[in-house]
Amino acid sequence: MRLTDTLRFARDAALGTPLRTALSVLAMSIGVAAVVILTALGDGARRYVVGQFSSIGTNLVIVLPGRSGTGGFNPANAITSTPRDLTIDDAASLRRLPTVRRVAPLAVGNSEIAYGGKLREAMVAGSTAEFIPIRNFVLAQGQALPEEDWNRGSSVVIIGAKIRDEIFGAESALGKLVRIGDRRLRVIGVLKPTGQGLGMNTDELVIVPVSLAQAMFNSNTLFRILVEANSREAIPGAKAQALDTLKQRHRGEEDVTVITQDAILATFDRLLGALTLGVAGIAAISLAVAGILVMNVMLVAVTQRTGEIGLLKALGASGRSIRLAFLAEAAMLSAVGALVGYLLGQLGAFGLRQAFPVFPAYPPDWAVIAGLSTALATGLLFGVMPARRAASLDPVQALMKH
Amino acid sequence: MALIELSAIERRFLLGDTTVNALAGLNLHIDSGEYVAVMGPSGSGKSTLLNLLGLLDRPNAGTYRLEGRDVTTLSPDEQATVRSTRIGFVFQSFHLVPRLTAAENIALPMMLAGIAPAERQRRVARALSDFGLDNRADHKPDQLSGGQRQRVAIARATIMQPALILADEPTGNLDRHTGEDVVNLLEALNGQGVTLIVVTHDPSLGARAGRQLVMEDGRLKSDSASA
Repeated sequence: MRLTDTLRFARDAALGTPLRTALSVLAMSIGVAAVVILTALGDGARRYVVGQFSSIGTNLVIVLPGRSGTGGFNPANAITSTPRDLTIDDAASLRRLPTVRRVAPLAVGNSEIAYGGKLREAMVAGSTAEFIPIRNFVLAQGQALPEEDWNRGSSVVIIGAKIRDEIFGAESALGKLVRIGDRRLRVIGVLKPTGQGLGMNTDELVIVPVSLAQAMFNSNTLFRILVEANSREAIPGAKAQALDTLKQRHRGEEDVTVITQDAILATFDRLLGALTLGVAGIAAISLAVAGILVMNVMLVAVTQRTGEIGLLKALGASGRSIRLAFLAEAAMLSAVGALVGYLLGQLGAFGLRQAFPVFPAYPPDWAVIAGLSTALATGLLFGVMPARRAASLDPVQALMKH
Repeated sequence: MALIELSAIERRFLLGDTTVNALAGLNLHIDSGEYVAVMGPSGSGKSTLLNLLGLLDRPNAGTYRLEGRDVTTLSPDEQATVRSTRIGFVFQSFHLVPRLTAAENIALPMMLAGIAPAERQRRVARALSDFGLDNRADHKPDQLSGGQRQRVAIARATIMQPALILADEPTGNLDRHTGEDVVNLLEALNGQGVTLIVVTHDPSLGARAGRQLVMEDGRLKSDSASA
C-alpha cells in the first residue's frame, strides 16, 4: 500500500465517524492547550518578577538597617539591643569604596502634596542626585536634584508623572511652588511615566533631597542605601566592602544587612522556573490522559471496523498495511489535536496578555516543543496497541462480524 | 492443469470441550477454468472449505497446492500476496466499505497492492463500463440497489485479474431476477477462463455448474466429476 493511499484511507476512516474523531481531537487539543497556557502563566510570572527586579537598577547592592541573620554571641549585642541607625554619613562613607560607582541614600515616608487648591497623598522619597540614574529613572522635563552637600537639602522636588497630571493638569509644573507636608518646594523636574517599580509606583512618587525628607519625617535613619557596583563582577566585592565599612563605622557591630539584586533575582528565577516546570508536568498528565483516550477511540474503531478489517485481509492487505493504516489514523488524531491545541493555547496566552498587559504570558519555546512532541508521541504510542490488534484479527472471524 | 490440489485436509474446531471435525480427510482436485458448485446442509463444512481455498484459514493437517505451489506453509503476508493477486472473493452480504464510493470500492484491492493511481483509474473505468455501473461510480453503497452492490463486489473481485473466484452464496441476499443477472455475470467470467467456485444452498443454481460437490459432515459425499 502506498503512503499517500494509507494516509488518505486513514483520513477517510477518521472522517467516517465525525463525532468520535472530534471528541478525541478535542481531548488532545485541551491537553496541549493546557501545557501552552499553564507554562505561559508560569513563565510569565517568572519574567514579570525578573523584570520587576531588573527595573530597580543594574548591579545593585542594597543596604538595609538591622541584621536578618542570626550570628553567634557578640559582646556588642549585649550592650546595644536596638540596631544603630543607618545615617547619611554612613551612605557617604560608601562613596569612597573603589568598587562602587554610585551611592544613593534613601529615606521614605508618606505625605501630601498640594498646589492651587488640589491635595493628594504622595510617597516621598528623600535621596540625592544619583538616585535617578541608579534606579534607571528618566526625567521627562527639568533637571535632577542638585549636587550639593547631602546634609543640606535645597527646597526642590521632582514629581512623578501621575502626580503632575493630577495636580497641575494642563498647566506647566516646572518652577511652580508646591506644598509638601508643611514645606514649600519648587518643582525642578518631572519623571517620565514608567509604571511599576516593585511596590513603589514611581508615577505617584515625589523625590526630595534626603536631608529635607529626614527633617520632614523627623528621623535620622535611612530606609535603604542603594549602591551601584562598577560592574557585574564587582558586585561581591562591593557587598563585602560595604559591609566591612559599615561594621567599622558601627564600632564592630554587624547591624546592617547587605543584599544583592543578583542573588534575589537568581533565587526568584530558579524558584519560578521550577514552578513553571511543575505546572508543565501537571499539564503533561492531561496529555497522557488524552493519549489514553486516543487509544480508547482507536480500540473502539478496531471493534467497529472488524468486518472491514476482515474484508481488507481477504482482498490481500498485509498485516503491515492494516497496522500502518490504524497507526496513521491515531497519528492524525493526535497531530490535528496537537495543532488545534497549540493554536488554542496561543490564543489563550494572547487573551491573558490582553487582559493583563503588564503580565508577559508567553509560553516558553521548550514547553511548546515538548507539548507538541509529547502529544504526537503519546498518540502514536497508544495507537500501536489497537493497530496491532487490528492487524492480528483472524480474517474468518472478522468477516463473520460484518 | 490442476489449479487446486487438496490432499488429506483436516480442519478441527474446539467448541467448548468437544472437537468438531469441520473437514476430515478431504481430497480434492480442481482444474483451471472449471465451474464448481459446493453444496450441502449447514454445518457440512462448505464455508470452511471456501475459507481454506481462499487462504483465510489454515488446515490442521494436509497440504493445499495452488497452481502447483504449496500455500499451507506460507507466512501470513505471503498468503496475503497470493490472495491479492490470484484470488477474488464474492460474499453473500457484499462486504462493501460503506464510506467509499463504488469506484473506490472497486479500486480497493489495487490500492492495497500498491498499484499506481493512474493505472487504477484506467482499470476502474473499464470495470465500471464492463459491469454497467458507469453512472454509479460516485455512489456510496447505501445509494445502490442489491444487484448493483453485488456487481460492484464482483468488479472488485476481478479487478486484480485473479485465477480463482470464490463466491459464498452470491445470490443469497438478492431476489430471483437480480440473482440471475449476477450468476450470468459470474458465468461470463468463467467463460473467459477464470476458475469459479460457488457455495450455495440453491439446487437450481448448483445445477448450472459444470461440476457439483456435495458435502456432509466435513467429507465429500458426492462429486459429479468422479460419478
